[in-house]
Amino acid sequence: MSAITTSLAGTPVAWKLPYRGRVGMACLISAESAIFTIFVVAYLYYVGKSFSGPTPREVLETPIFYTVCLLSSSLTIHFAGKLLERGRRGTFLTLWSLTIALGALFLYGTGQEWHRLIYEHGLTISTNLFGTTYYSLVGLHAFHVTAGLIMLSIVLLSGLAGRVGPEQSARIDVLSLYWHFVDAVWIVVFTVVYVLGR
Amino acid sequence: MSSDAIAIQTAEAAGRPWVATLHEWVTTVDHKRLGVLYILYALFFLVIGGIEATIMRIQLMHPHNDFVSPQVFNRMFTMHGTTMIFFVAMPILFGFANYLVPLMIGARDMAFPRLNAFSFWLTAFGGLLLYFSFLGGNGLYGAGNAPDVGWWAYAPLASRAFSPGHSSDYWTIALLASGFGSIGTAINIIATIISMRCPGMKLSRMPLLAWMNLVMSGMVLLAISPLSAAQIMLLVDRYLGGHFFDTQAGGSATLWMHFFWIFGHPEVYVLIIPCFAFASEIIPVFSRKPIFGYPVMVGATVCIAFVSMSVWAHHMFTIGMNSYANSFFTITTMAVGVPTGIKIFNWLGTMWGGKIQFKTPMLFCIGFLFQFLIAGLTGIMMASSPFDWQLSGSYFVVAHFHYVIVGGILFALFGAFYYWYPKITGRMLNEGLGKLHFWLFLIGFHLTFDLMHIPGLLGMPRRIYTYEPGRGWETLNLLVTIGAFVQGIATLVFVANLVISYFKGAKAANDPWDAWTLEWSTSSPPPAYNFASIPTVASRRPLWDLKHPEDPDSRYE
Repeated sequence: MSAITTSLAGTPVAWKLPYRGRVGMACLISAESAIFTIFVVAYLYYVGKSFSGPTPREVLETPIFYTVCLLSSSLTIHFAGKLLERGRRGTFLTLWSLTIALGALFLYGTGQEWHRLIYEHGLTISTNLFGTTYYSLVGLHAFHVTAGLIMLSIVLLSGLAGRVGPEQSARIDVLSLYWHFVDAVWIVVFTVVYVLGR
Repeated sequence: MSSDAIAIQTAEAAGRPWVATLHEWVTTVDHKRLGVLYILYALFFLVIGGIEATIMRIQLMHPHNDFVSPQVFNRMFTMHGTTMIFFVAMPILFGFANYLVPLMIGARDMAFPRLNAFSFWLTAFGGLLLYFSFLGGNGLYGAGNAPDVGWWAYAPLASRAFSPGHSSDYWTIALLASGFGSIGTAINIIATIISMRCPGMKLSRMPLLAWMNLVMSGMVLLAISPLSAAQIMLLVDRYLGGHFFDTQAGGSATLWMHFFWIFGHPEVYVLIIPCFAFASEIIPVFSRKPIFGYPVMVGATVCIAFVSMSVWAHHMFTIGMNSYANSFFTITTMAVGVPTGIKIFNWLGTMWGGKIQFKTPMLFCIGFLFQFLIAGLTGIMMASSPFDWQLSGSYFVVAHFHYVIVGGILFALFGAFYYWYPKITGRMLNEGLGKLHFWLFLIGFHLTFDLMHIPGLLGMPRRIYTYEPGRGWETLNLLVTIGAFVQGIATLVFVANLVISYFKGAKAANDPWDAWTLEWSTSSPPPAYNFASIPTVASRRPLWDLKHPEDPDSRYE
C-alpha cells in the first residue's frame, strides 16, 4: 500500500546490479591508493635531501627473492579462487595456504631487512629524512600485508573447519582483490625505493 | 499495511523502559536511525562551534578588548574551524545522505549497515577526543589545553618544539578517527547507490540528490585520504621523532601545506555538493516544475569534482610558488566557476515560469542561490593570484569562505531541515517560526559577513586577538559582532522550532509537499524496512507517474 508497485511500460524484467562487495572494495582501494600516493610523493620529494647518512645507495639491497614471493602469491590466490568456484575445496585450501606462506615469507624478508638496517647501519625512523620516509612507506605497505594475512588466515581457518564452499566465492573474490592491490602497491614501492630512490 | 506496523511499534515503544530504547539507538544499524544520530550529533557541535565563534566576536567587538586572553583566542579559532568542518558540516551532510539515499533509490538499507554504524561511532569518538583535549591536552608540561595551531596546523607550529603537551595530538587523532569514519561512510554511499537501486532506477533516472552524493563520496575517498596520510606523518614526527615536516633536518613546511590543501580545497566541494543536491530537490518541488537540464546538472557536478581536485594551491599563492604554478592554479580556480555557473542557471531555469510557493524550505534555497553566487564571485576575485597576494590571510578571506559555508551550505541545510523534517519525524515544522528564523538569520548573516569584507580590504588580518583603535575597523567590527548575535538568536528560534514541532507540530501526511521522489511514497516516519514491497520505477519522477497515470513522465523518456 505504501510503496509503488505499478509496473509501467519499459520496466526492465531482469534487473542485475554489480555485487556490493566488489564495489565497496574498489572504493577502499581508491582511498588506499590516495594514501599511498601521498607517502610516495613524500618519499620522492625527500630523495637526496637528508643532511646526514646513511643514504639509500649505501645501505639498501634489492629484495628480489621476496618480491618474487609476494608477486607470485597473486597468482596462487587467483587460481585458488578459480578452483573454489569449481567446487574443488582441497586444492583451494592448498593454494590458499601457499598464498599465506608466500605473504609471510615476504614479511619475514622485510623484517630481516629492517633488522639489518637498524643493527648494522644504525638507520632508524628518526636518523634522517631517508629513515623517516623509508620506514613510513615500507612500513605502511607491510602493515597492509599483515592486515591481508590476518584476513587470509581467517578464511583458511574457516576453510579447514569446512565452512568455505563455492557459495562463498564472491566474497573470496573481494578478498583477493585486496590482495592483488597490496601486490600492485609493492610494485610501486619497489620501483620508488629500490630503483628510482637510489 | 505498513502504517499498522508502525502503530504497533509505537504502542510497544510507549511501554518500554528508556534503557531499552537507548540500547536500541546505540546498537542500531538502521540507516534512518544512524542518519538521525549523525544529525543530532552535528547539531550539538553546531551549538558548541557557534559559542566559540561568539567568544571570538565578543573579543573583537572593540579595540583592546580583554574578554579572553590571546591564548584562549587561538584555541577558540582552532576549535571553531575544526569543529565546524569535521564535526558539524561533514556529519550533518552524511546524516542526510544516510537517511535519504536508500529511501530515494528504493532500497531497504545501506549496502553495509554495520560499517555504517562503525563509521558513525568513529566520527562520534573523534569529536569526543577533540573536546577531551580541554581536559587532557595539558599533559605533563602545563602547556595549555586545547589545540591552538589553527585548523590548518601549519608546520612547524604543530611540531613538538612549538606545540608541547598533547593538544596537537588530540587534534591529529580526532581528525584521523573521523577521517576513517568519513571514508567508511563514503564507501557505503557509493556501494549503496551502485548496487542497491530498485528495479527500473537506472543511473539516468536517479534523483539528483543520489547523483550528487555519489560524486561527493567519490571526492571523500580521494580528498580525505591525503589528510589521513598527512596526519599519520605528523604523528610519526611527533611520536617517533620523524622529520617529515621538520625543517631543521631538511624536512619541508611547504609539503604539509600541499598535503593539507589537497584535502582542504576538495573538502569545500565535498560540503557544497550535497547542498547543491538539497537545492536540486527542493527548488523543483516548490516551483512545481521538473528540474531544468538534468543531464547537464549531473555533468556539471562531475566536472566540478574533477576540476576541484586541481585547485588546491590557490590557498598558497603567498608562499612564493613560481609563475607557472601561480598561473595554473589561477586558471583552474577560475575554470571551476564555469560548471558552478551552469548549475545556478539551471536552478533559475527551473524557477522560471514556475508556480513558485514561498514556503520556508524554498526561502532558504533562494537565499542559498543569491548568497552562493556572491561567494563564488569573491572566490573568482581571489583566484587571481596578484589580488590574492594583497588579501590572503585577511578578513576578506574569512568573509569569503563564511559566505560559502554559512550563506551557501548552512542556508541549503536549513532548507533541507524544513523540507525533510516531516518525513523524519512525522510532524511539520512550524511555518511562522520558520519564516522568523529565515528573516532573522538572513539579516544577521548579511550584517556579519557583508560587512566583514570591508575590514579585510582595509587590511585587518585574520586570527588577531585584538587591534589598535583609529584604523577604521571599530564600527565595522562592532556591527559584525551584533550580526553574530542576531544569527545566534535565529539559531535558537530554529532549535526551538525543532523541539516544539516535534511534540506539538501538525501531523505530517506521507507526502506533504506533493513531491515526486520515492521517499514521499512511504509513511512519515518510514517503517524500519522503508518499503513494504520494493518499488519499481519507470521515470525520474515515480510519484508523478503514480499521481498522473493519464500523463506519466515515462511516456516521454
